[in-house]
Amino acid sequence: MSTEVSAAERPLRGSGRELRGRSESASRKLRNTLATIVMWGAFLVALIPLIWIMWTVLSKGFSTMLDIVWWQKDQSGVGAAGFDKMIRGARHAIVGTLLMSIATSIIAVPLAVFTAIYLVEYGRGKLARAISFMVDILSGVPSIVAALFIYAVWVTTFGWRLMPVACSLALALLMIPVVTRSTEEMLKLVPNELRDASYALGVPKWKTIVKVVLPTSFSGILTGVLLGFARVAGETAPLLLLANYTPFLQQNLFSGNGMAALPTLINANVQFMSADKISADRVWGAACTLILIVLAINLLGRLVGRFTKVKN
Amino acid sequence: MGKRIDVQDLHVYYGSFLAVEGVSMTIEPRSVTAFIGPSGCGKSTFLKTLNRMHEVTPGGRVEGKVLLDDEDLYGANVDPVAVRRTVGMVFQRPNPFPTMSIADNVTAGLRLNGVKDKKVLAEKAEKSLRGANLWDEVKDRLNKPGAGLSGGQQQRLCIARAIAVEPQVLLMDEPCSALDPISTGKVEDLIEELKDDYTVVIVTHNMQQAARVSDKTAFFNLKETGKPGHLIEMDDTQKIFNNPSERATEDYISGRFG
Repeated sequence: MSTEVSAAERPLRGSGRELRGRSESASRKLRNTLATIVMWGAFLVALIPLIWIMWTVLSKGFSTMLDIVWWQKDQSGVGAAGFDKMIRGARHAIVGTLLMSIATSIIAVPLAVFTAIYLVEYGRGKLARAISFMVDILSGVPSIVAALFIYAVWVTTFGWRLMPVACSLALALLMIPVVTRSTEEMLKLVPNELRDASYALGVPKWKTIVKVVLPTSFSGILTGVLLGFARVAGETAPLLLLANYTPFLQQNLFSGNGMAALPTLINANVQFMSADKISADRVWGAACTLILIVLAINLLGRLVGRFTKVKN
Repeated sequence: MGKRIDVQDLHVYYGSFLAVEGVSMTIEPRSVTAFIGPSGCGKSTFLKTLNRMHEVTPGGRVEGKVLLDDEDLYGANVDPVAVRRTVGMVFQRPNPFPTMSIADNVTAGLRLNGVKDKKVLAEKAEKSLRGANLWDEVKDRLNKPGAGLSGGQQQRLCIARAIAVEPQVLLMDEPCSALDPISTGKVEDLIEELKDDYTVVIVTHNMQQAARVSDKTAFFNLKETGKPGHLIEMDDTQKIFNNPSERATEDYISGRFG
């Protein structure tokens, strides 16, 4: 925020040298003031929903999260109708969210990084343009459509039973374009002079990419991967379709018993919210935990990015 | 070390565009040859064809022959990667690898080509840094990042990196144009020493520099923008600067160009 303040105020504190006519300078000052007010206004308006969301979620869910039981137990024993005297834990949902997001990353990151390497280092002509276009299309696919597609292939075409890893596949469809685009940008930032320096030493192209280009852009690529991870961790539609909610802790991505995740924990309790205080606590606690996880991953990304950043 | 380069009627193309036309020249082993000429005359492009670096640019290709001691660089079975190990290159702007330490930068060419023995690498690093007159300045911080050095030190680091793979020929594309006069002087002293072991070819816009460091000078020119560049003449540096055979060379050197 501090940079926005200084950037916005700097023109107002101009050195006041009046080389042009006084009236022109006065009208410029007026326009400058108006523009500053408009920009600040827009900024503050945009800030309102953010603060509102944070305040609502934190005020209603933070206390739930403070209880150690929240992190230790699952929801086993919760009554059929969802009414109960105790909040119990979200461990099953936290573990499920992390497991499925990690599986998603394992599927999506290699594909995305190799696609980006092809597009930046090798891709020329029609094929590269076609791939780039398809990455754009993929990034526009709604998450429910990605989930439907996996459902159609998994269940209808192959007749397999649903398991959490199917959900990870659908999430990977959403993660691939995000990570491909961010990795592409990072690879493009590596100066060609470094590639030339490596070629001129008689290093083959593939080794130049592995030993010079990737290490130089590593921190940026990792930041992109973690942002993609944070994005799929909060995704809901594929979970609803492909990973049946279960109140029990489930750590097997290949089991047919479903797997809980924080968004589906919210979904399972939200219908009882107005009637049942405990259900409402679970909803807000899960929402708060989800925000915390995403925030922690973003922070981790920035930290890792800072420590591995190449100084040039 | 140091091999003779023999260029026979070389044309350089980028796609269908003829960038340099019909260059023939002989570069003696263990000598310094300077290429001078106006911007866009193709001297850097021609320099790149001596280690096939122009092929990094899509569409870059040549017609004609470049012989390195009778071996055609463009022969059917010649690997461009192998050519670049024999003919090294130093670029206009210092470009040390930012992820590597000073020592790792110097030995990058060896390590990336499979040399693993730590002792060999350490010896090579010292020898190359001494060869580039940089050892005394960096010997206490070999594990610090190469990007932390000054511009002139970085350029000498790049020269050390280039000579660490023991090339026969060293190509330098305006190696001092991003350096201050003191660093330039150090690099020029270094070039003087390098010619004991290597065949050095240097592109420069600085005519005093060409006069100071080179034994032979080649003058490139182009008729007008968009036309291919070509070699006007090549002769002893003394003769080029005092009594050139071609009018165009004299005009360029005396500043009456254009």
